[in-house]
Amino acid sequence: MTPAIASEQQPANGKSWLHRLNPGWFVALLPLSLTLFFAGLICRVAAGEVITGSYPWVPSLGVNLSFYIDGLSLVFALLISGIGTLVIIYAGGYLAGHPQLGRFYIYLLLFMTAMLGLVLSGNIIALFVFWELTSLSSYLLIGFNHSQPKARASALQALLITGGGGLALLAGLVLLGQVGGSWELSTLLTQDIVIQNHPLYLPIVLLFLLGAFTKSAQFPFHIWLPNAMAAPTPVSAYLHSATMVKAGIFLLARFNPILGNTPIWQCSLTATGAVTMLLGAYLAWQQTDLKRILAYSTISALGTLVLLLGVGTAIAVKAAVVFLIVHSLYKGALFMAAGAIDHETGTRDINQLRGLRRVMPITFVAVTLAALSMAGALPLFVGYIGKKLIYEAALTAPSAAWLLTGSVLLTNTFTVVVAGLVAVRPFWGQLKPTPKPAHEAPLSLWLGPLLLAGLGLLLVGLLEFVPSSLLTPFLATSATAIADELVRVKLAAWSGVNAIFWLSLATLLAGIGLYTGRNGLRRLLSPANALTAIGPERIYERTLAGLQIVATGQTRLLQHGYLPLYLLTIVLTTAGLIGYTLLTRYGLNIGTHWSGVRMHEITVAVVILLATIAAVVSKSRLATIAALGMIGYGLSLLFVFYGAPDLAMTQLAVETLTVIILALTLYHLPRFSRLSSTAGRTRDALVALTVGGLVSVLVLTVLTVPMQSRLTPFFAENSVTLAKGRNIVNVILVDFRALDTLGEITVLAVAAIGIYALLKQQKQNEQNE
Amino acid sequence: MHSMILSTATRYLLPLLLMFSIFLLLRGHNEPGGGFTGGLVAAAALVLYGLALGLRSARQLLGIDPRMLIYVGLLTAVVSGLLGLLSGQVFMTGLWSTQTLPVIGKLGTPLLFDVGVYLVVIGVTLTIIFALMENETDSKTGSLKEE
Repeated sequence: MTPAIASEQQPANGKSWLHRLNPGWFVALLPLSLTLFFAGLICRVAAGEVITGSYPWVPSLGVNLSFYIDGLSLVFALLISGIGTLVIIYAGGYLAGHPQLGRFYIYLLLFMTAMLGLVLSGNIIALFVFWELTSLSSYLLIGFNHSQPKARASALQALLITGGGGLALLAGLVLLGQVGGSWELSTLLTQDIVIQNHPLYLPIVLLFLLGAFTKSAQFPFHIWLPNAMAAPTPVSAYLHSATMVKAGIFLLARFNPILGNTPIWQCSLTATGAVTMLLGAYLAWQQTDLKRILAYSTISALGTLVLLLGVGTAIAVKAAVVFLIVHSLYKGALFMAAGAIDHETGTRDINQLRGLRRVMPITFVAVTLAALSMAGALPLFVGYIGKKLIYEAALTAPSAAWLLTGSVLLTNTFTVVVAGLVAVRPFWGQLKPTPKPAHEAPLSLWLGPLLLAGLGLLLVGLLEFVPSSLLTPFLATSATAIADELVRVKLAAWSGVNAIFWLSLATLLAGIGLYTGRNGLRRLLSPANALTAIGPERIYERTLAGLQIVATGQTRLLQHGYLPLYLLTIVLTTAGLIGYTLLTRYGLNIGTHWSGVRMHEITVAVVILLATIAAVVSKSRLATIAALGMIGYGLSLLFVFYGAPDLAMTQLAVETLTVIILALTLYHLPRFSRLSSTAGRTRDALVALTVGGLVSVLVLTVLTVPMQSRLTPFFAENSVTLAKGRNIVNVILVDFRALDTLGEITVLAVAAIGIYALLKQQKQNEQNE
Repeated sequence: MHSMILSTATRYLLPLLLMFSIFLLLRGHNEPGGGFTGGLVAAAALVLYGLALGLRSARQLLGIDPRMLIYVGLLTAVVSGLLGLLSGQVFMTGLWSTQTLPVIGKLGTPLLFDVGVYLVVIGVTLTIIFALMENETDSKTGSLKEE
């Protein structure tokens, strides 16, 4: 909760020297302190401890705000808060002077809160709430430039796809909670055998996959991610590469011990992951916009992670954890650098960017380091270890090992091309004129990329030369949390000349070859790309258009604006439902309790009947009103006879006022005439008679069923003792059911204001005419 | 449609009717009556006054806009519920005084709630009827359009 609140405290733009200082430096203190806090927990978590805490939220439903910090949560928490710190500093520079920077920070910190909550949740309902909050804050951030229609459409698309997946996830979580008997993660983690043998296991898995695949942009739901690049670059770097899109991966990893290790789980994950991985990589190198290149390569990386979780062996899980960190580091760096280039040159089109290494040397260094890690080219970088582990996982996969290895090889080749496109193409060669004269970015814009890219080097150093550091056991606990079995992690960048070495070398050479020949290949492939016209993007558009047609149609059908038909629909529906229930439950059993009816009661009943007939057939409105008044007073009399003085009094007062209101409205009504056809009147009469008859039968049937209400004795006994009143009706109204009464008087008030507004409006219209 | 008999009678009836409505409100907890009925009676009395002596005099007599009664009434009802909350119990818990007053009996939050209902009912009824009467006096065609 703290980040969301703290955003209010960011310094206001004064006119002093503070005015020129990037407010990001102040705001970043918050995520920085969170990072340090989480870093302090590494020690305990690396030792295998699970830190938990719980606050009651809805105790009666077993929903608590619980936290569950193990290796997996902590890796994510560190990435979120650490990269968040850099992104916030970066955003201060990137959006410097933007009038809505404050709003941007609020959204960004809201997202950070949601994301941290999601990965630290120990209760699956809390987890879902945070999950949805990330979708919502992502919507706000993608649509931050809300004056652009493209940004709005992209934001909506992302919300619809991830939100739809969120609904599926909710259903999955509820089923899981029902089957597992708890909403608490710590309990559910021990219930894996019960859950996997339950008939609802398959639906749970499918719903979970739908939630995770939409969030993590897996094929065919990947379309929202490239479009989300309409967001400001800090958002792309943070949400759409390093953190939010990994929420789906987190979900799969978190529930892998419960749901995983079954054929359906492994097949779905492996197949979807492989397809997404290949497709993303294939589409990435064909883009020309730096951010879109990186977006498609992110899709590919997400596919790789899903694939690794699907393979599910110890080595694959280990590879997933390492690659998750590696990817967040280099992709965050590359995105921020791409934004810096955009910011300083005015374009992101790689065809317009050349020779930037002289004018933007620091950015150049950062991009080169990150791209080398991405390509996995040198054993100096942590990216190389990630790539090595992925090959190892593919080679030792329990089934289809060669197919997977081939896919990974192809993907990595494309990745090398992408690395070249972002690191070589814009920076080398002759400087080309750009929309804005290119110059080095300010500190806030290159600090993030450089630090993240540099961390890639540092981590290798830690792993290689400081074996006693906490990093290795920490990664091991993370992998163990996913695999639910002890995973040993021993990472080394260099492990001699073996199959994996040759594979890495082959990737690199093929990638360089493809990079040089990419233009020819692109021309060759252009017919195949026509297929994208029938891709998921088109299906999304069609679905959206179709939804609108359906909505228009059903609105026309149901909301026609014709009052008599509304009434008819409501009355017939009610009568149908009541009649059905009555006949199927009790049948036609109206009983014969006619004895004991007294003369004066019959008289009143006859008067009511006659007044009703008069009201219906009368050709004068005044006569009709008088007849209606008679009906009302007759009913009041009946209430008096049957010992309901409260009802009788109220009925009398209401009747009196109704007659007054009707008389007052008479002036405004047009001349009395028969507007409806005879057929229409006959239909109305039939409906009225049917409903009236039904209600009569209902009342008579109720009398034949012995009353077994526990309410009447309860109220009779407790009215005086608990509520200190002898008039049970009133005690119910103002004490036992006072909340209902409060609701009713509120409705009354709203209705009165509505009527008042209508009457005033009418008067105004008359005056204008 | 000025009627001497009606206007004279109304002058005497109004205080009686208003007292009756308060009587209904106060005794509602133990005998037939209550805020709803009481409110309707009070509203009817004021409407009668308006019909007999004109809308302007009725508004003057009331002193405030009937809409204000709705707001005050709703607020009173909510406050009566909040009192329970403030004393550390569930919203709308009935709180009662220990002493018994001569006419009213025991004071308690349910009675306050009933006062809220009473005010809302008067406000709602008068808002609607006064607005209707206003339209009627404003429309130039004073005669009935009935056949």
